[in-house]
Amino acid sequence: MSNLSNINLKIWRQDGPDSQGRFETHQIPEISDEASFLEMLDILNERLIEEGKEAVVFDHDCREGICGTCSLMIDGQAHGPQRGTATCQLHMRQFDSGAEIVIEPWRASAFPIIKDLMVDRSPFDRIVEAGGYITAPTGGAPDANLIPIPKPVADASMDAAACIGCGACVAACPNGAASLFTGAKISHLNLLPQGQAERYKRTEAMVEEMDSHFGSCTNHGECEAACPKEISIDNIATMNADYARSKFKNRKALSR
Amino acid sequence: MAQTLSRGPVTGTALQANAAKRKPFLLDLYGTAVGKKYVMAITGLVGIGFVLSHMIGNLKAYLGVVTEGDERMYDIDVYGEFLRELLVPILPHGYTLWLLRLGLIGALVLHLHAAWSLTQLNRKARSVKYQSERDYQVANFASRSMRWTGLIVLTFIAWHLADLTWGWVNPDFVHGAVYRNLDASLSRVPVAILYIVANIALGIHLFHGTWSLFQSVGANNPRFNRWRKAAAAGVATVIVVGNVSFPIATLSGIIDFDPDAITCCVDQEGHSE
Repeated sequence: MSNLSNINLKIWRQDGPDSQGRFETHQIPEISDEASFLEMLDILNERLIEEGKEAVVFDHDCREGICGTCSLMIDGQAHGPQRGTATCQLHMRQFDSGAEIVIEPWRASAFPIIKDLMVDRSPFDRIVEAGGYITAPTGGAPDANLIPIPKPVADASMDAAACIGCGACVAACPNGAASLFTGAKISHLNLLPQGQAERYKRTEAMVEEMDSHFGSCTNHGECEAACPKEISIDNIATMNADYARSKFKNRKALSR
Repeated sequence: MAQTLSRGPVTGTALQANAAKRKPFLLDLYGTAVGKKYVMAITGLVGIGFVLSHMIGNLKAYLGVVTEGDERMYDIDVYGEFLRELLVPILPHGYTLWLLRLGLIGALVLHLHAAWSLTQLNRKARSVKYQSERDYQVANFASRSMRWTGLIVLTFIAWHLADLTWGWVNPDFVHGAVYRNLDASLSRVPVAILYIVANIALGIHLFHGTWSLFQSVGANNPRFNRWRKAAAAGVATVIVVGNVSFPIATLSGIIDFDPDAITCCVDQEGHSE
């Protein structure tokens, strides 16, 4: 264990959704390399509060990479320079003494800034509400293996289900698209037998809800690189394929 | 954390299914960004098909003069006439070519409209840009410059038509004399450079486009996924190498119009000069 010294933080401060924001510079004279990135911000905030200044507002909750609450664009990368982790799993050992670290909130029109580094990600909830569920009376817990699912299918579904809804895909996308999030939520259910009954209705509703908030996918692949759960852009292809199918299937059903 | 913002209306499918009156099927599909990407992909595929066959057709320039009976003519001129004669007993002279052209024009218009509206959508989706520098991880030059390479190619298409179809900017233009016009245009060094630059832009556009269209239409299969980028690079390389060879061949004299080498068939002004 060793210490880092003289970290310069350039942090985005914004008083409210409609205020003019600005970068503010703070110095961390010394910090353990075992501190997490958020702990470093906690230490900064304690100091700011002691000095009678306003603490930097940022989202955080579980701090173990499973809740999807933390965000932060760190040095131009969503969730910072480490692949496959959320900001809360990023540690100061990833940085060097004397480094300047630029911290910005997620930027997307659908994610308005609430304050400082905290954004409102509720359009994701709107997308899930549009169809990211199964409408079936589930009763008590069923026996294991009651519905046979091939292992690769279960794996693919679980990989998609790993999405924690943090919004890094939108933040990293040059177009502010939410295709990876929506694709993951759709694939997660569409791959499983339980999801088949509402497969096309779900896909159509979720894609169209997504469309009213976010940009479009141009297949850069930045989302996949930024995703703390390393969700594959294969899920976007699954979504696209099912969306076109939904148009055919629904049309057939409606015409009868 | 206290919920600071009010929730929007719930858009559950159970209550609101079919609530909104839907447009006719294709317009309905085109209404969303995913549908527009289908249009981008399919019209792009039409474009790739055209560019590839255009390049292969142009290779006839290397075959030089052919002899048919007593007449000698440039092979590519024969090919040009053949295009007008396509399906001739079924359709009158030139009709099939015009049908193909209308298809291409339609595809181009749709490709442009979809690109334009998606660009507008994407601008709106991030109305406030990042204030610090982004550090892109995998987005490459091709994917990030699609709009620019697309505009270069669009401008080039206009020039190319004015040069070798209409002859407006080709000082020595004779309608139907493909080989002669090709030589007349590409012998000008600035024009040759323009063709080379535009074709490299086309290749960059096609590299991302060819890969990207698989994703857009959901053609994603673990069996062939690893071939998609390679296929895109292959298509782009074949087209660029083929097309760039023409200005180079003209400048180096491999393609060189000789009025005395032919006896037929288009009225080649200057033939007797």
